[in-house]
Amino acid sequence: MKEFKILAVIIALVGITYYGIEPYAHHVMHPEVAPADFSFKDLKNVDTSLKGNPDNGKVLVEANCIACHSIESAGYPKVMPNADAAASYGVVPPDLSGAGWIYDKNYLANFIYDPVSAMKLQHKYTPESGKQFPMPAYNWMSAQEIMDIVAYFQILAPKAKAGPEAHKNTFEAACGRCHSMKYAGFEATTPVENIKTYMGATPPDLSQYIKSRGEHYLYSFINDPQVLLPGTSMPRTGLNQKAQEEVIAYMEDIGDRKKAERETTGVWVMLYTLVFAIAALLWKRKLGDFSS
Amino acid sequence: MAEFKKADSMLEWFDQRLGVVNFAKVMMTEYWIPKNINFLWAMGVLLTVLFTFLLVSGIFLLMYYKPDVNLAFDSVNYTIMQEVSYGWLFRHIHAVGASVVFLIIYIHMFTGIYYGSYKKGREMIWVSGMLLFVLFSAEGFSGYMLPWGQMSYWAAYVITEIFGGIPFIGDELVVWIRGNFYVSDSTLTRFFMLHVLLIPLVIIGTIVFHFYALRFPHVNNEAGEFFDFEEEAEKYLAGNKKESKVVPFWPVFLSKDFLVLGFFMVFFFYLVFFHYGFAMDAINFDKADGLKTPAHIYPEWYFLWSYEVLRGFFFEIAGISGKDLGLIAFGIANVIFFLMPWLDRSPMVKPANQRPYFKYWFWFMMVDLIVLTVYGKLPPTGANAWVGFASSLTFLTLFATLPFITKAEAKKVKEK
Repeated sequence: MKEFKILAVIIALVGITYYGIEPYAHHVMHPEVAPADFSFKDLKNVDTSLKGNPDNGKVLVEANCIACHSIESAGYPKVMPNADAAASYGVVPPDLSGAGWIYDKNYLANFIYDPVSAMKLQHKYTPESGKQFPMPAYNWMSAQEIMDIVAYFQILAPKAKAGPEAHKNTFEAACGRCHSMKYAGFEATTPVENIKTYMGATPPDLSQYIKSRGEHYLYSFINDPQVLLPGTSMPRTGLNQKAQEEVIAYMEDIGDRKKAERETTGVWVMLYTLVFAIAALLWKRKLGDFSS
Repeated sequence: MAEFKKADSMLEWFDQRLGVVNFAKVMMTEYWIPKNINFLWAMGVLLTVLFTFLLVSGIFLLMYYKPDVNLAFDSVNYTIMQEVSYGWLFRHIHAVGASVVFLIIYIHMFTGIYYGSYKKGREMIWVSGMLLFVLFSAEGFSGYMLPWGQMSYWAAYVITEIFGGIPFIGDELVVWIRGNFYVSDSTLTRFFMLHVLLIPLVIIGTIVFHFYALRFPHVNNEAGEFFDFEEEAEKYLAGNKKESKVVPFWPVFLSKDFLVLGFFMVFFFYLVFFHYGFAMDAINFDKADGLKTPAHIYPEWYFLWSYEVLRGFFFEIAGISGKDLGLIAFGIANVIFFLMPWLDRSPMVKPANQRPYFKYWFWFMMVDLIVLTVYGKLPPTGANAWVGFASSLTFLTLFATLPFITKAEAKKVKEK
């Protein structure tokens, strides 16, 4: 009985210390922020209740988008090699095959209308900076036309629907133009010297971000980088919830590759030590020499 | 040479040459431990096991680790964590083991303080134990640098910088320790050497000495009772096991230790597999970058209390800068526990709760160390800085008053 009292005192002291240096200290150093908003409520330039016509959208896309963007899945190839595209625009323009699947509808419509405000990069592209975002605003288009384009993107089927293959595709489409994933052998499609000039700093390799930032941080950061890192030149990418979860899943697939093995091995090792503990208990009882 | 007759068994063969039968008696079956003890007396065996875990997992890590600023980070986080079979397991055991070993060291140490196991002949046990604490600290600090993450780099930067505060030779000393003007490849390779060779060698030697130091004064017991071990051992050997105050190290004492060890291991492996974040700081999964200071720099949890004593003095007092005061206080904090046997002026060897004044001192110290630990992690801004100052001052005051408190206690007990 006395031994359990001693144990209780130790557990209490260790518990208080643990609470102070882990959950409490983390809470102080990283205060809670607004929850992720996957409907991008702040963007209101386009009436997204309008029903888009994909056939008209296709015509508009051919006239306005494919001069710079490829849409591999619809048979519009790259206009030029990545290195040349990066040299021309600063960054490789995205292939739009998955645009209707990975971006939120409201975000995508408002992005076409005005990319800079959708990305929350007004602080970077100020008139004084002399910098200009490579894609022009299509704010001269009617809301109906914009929604036609969105409707067209939405009928293009993605390469893979679920699983690790989909995680990889979404990551490469959403992040891969700027970020490398060394531990997956993946290099950003925009050459490093271009992207450094374009962003102001080399975007970090994301191989270990699932560990260094953690899922919780990434969930809110990817949704809106300005919330956790005000002034960053990383754009808000406008991923919908499913695409964002796929991106994070991919970061875990690559950055924490042994998770499944760790969790199954863990259960067995703990069971083994429990058997050892019980055997030790029986052995001690058998010897029976201890008064206490 | 002695005359050797033909041995009848393998045991006899070895016994003739190595005296194994006697050796086993002296070390195990007739090494006597008091019976009146609780599970806190198992911490020594727990520490021995944990040290073995660290040694073995360390040997496996050493086969793949590359001590080079360009290779270190990926050799740990990619080669060991992802490519080598169960490499992740060795790293987790090593990282969590390093953290948990300090938890057990602290429990072991404060058990010693609570039961007064550092005085009346047990001074060398205490001093060698404190020496092990310092060596483990050096081992922990040098090992933390090896993955070459952001916290590795900045902890190395901050801690080596501390030596710059030493008068006259400070600046040169920092360069000498780092092997460069800043934390660099030469710093990494020399700390690698310290971590895998020099410090472990000294630790193993000191562990042996620590065990040896126990032989003459013997292990303390729950009541702080002094008795004749030989007499009690004779009782035990004569069959009066119930009456005897001692049990043999093997198998009786170890049967209880294995029980404690078993349940401790369940907890330990739970941490290794499912709750390792506290021992593997997230920031250290960013590669070291000397141009990018992390928002919060803090040491591992087991250094937080002394780190807080270091930064608790943040303003000038009597013409001495806060930095120098902090450095002096930090220096005191790191050696003062060595002096416990001499600062405690009361000859009483009793658990703290049976000592009229010391019990208050003990629990004050525990509370103060927890406060220092927690505030050592929190950002030192606003009220936090003042809590840090007050708790650092309390720490020093507690030690300054210990001789007087215990002297008064001795007097009071004598009068009774």
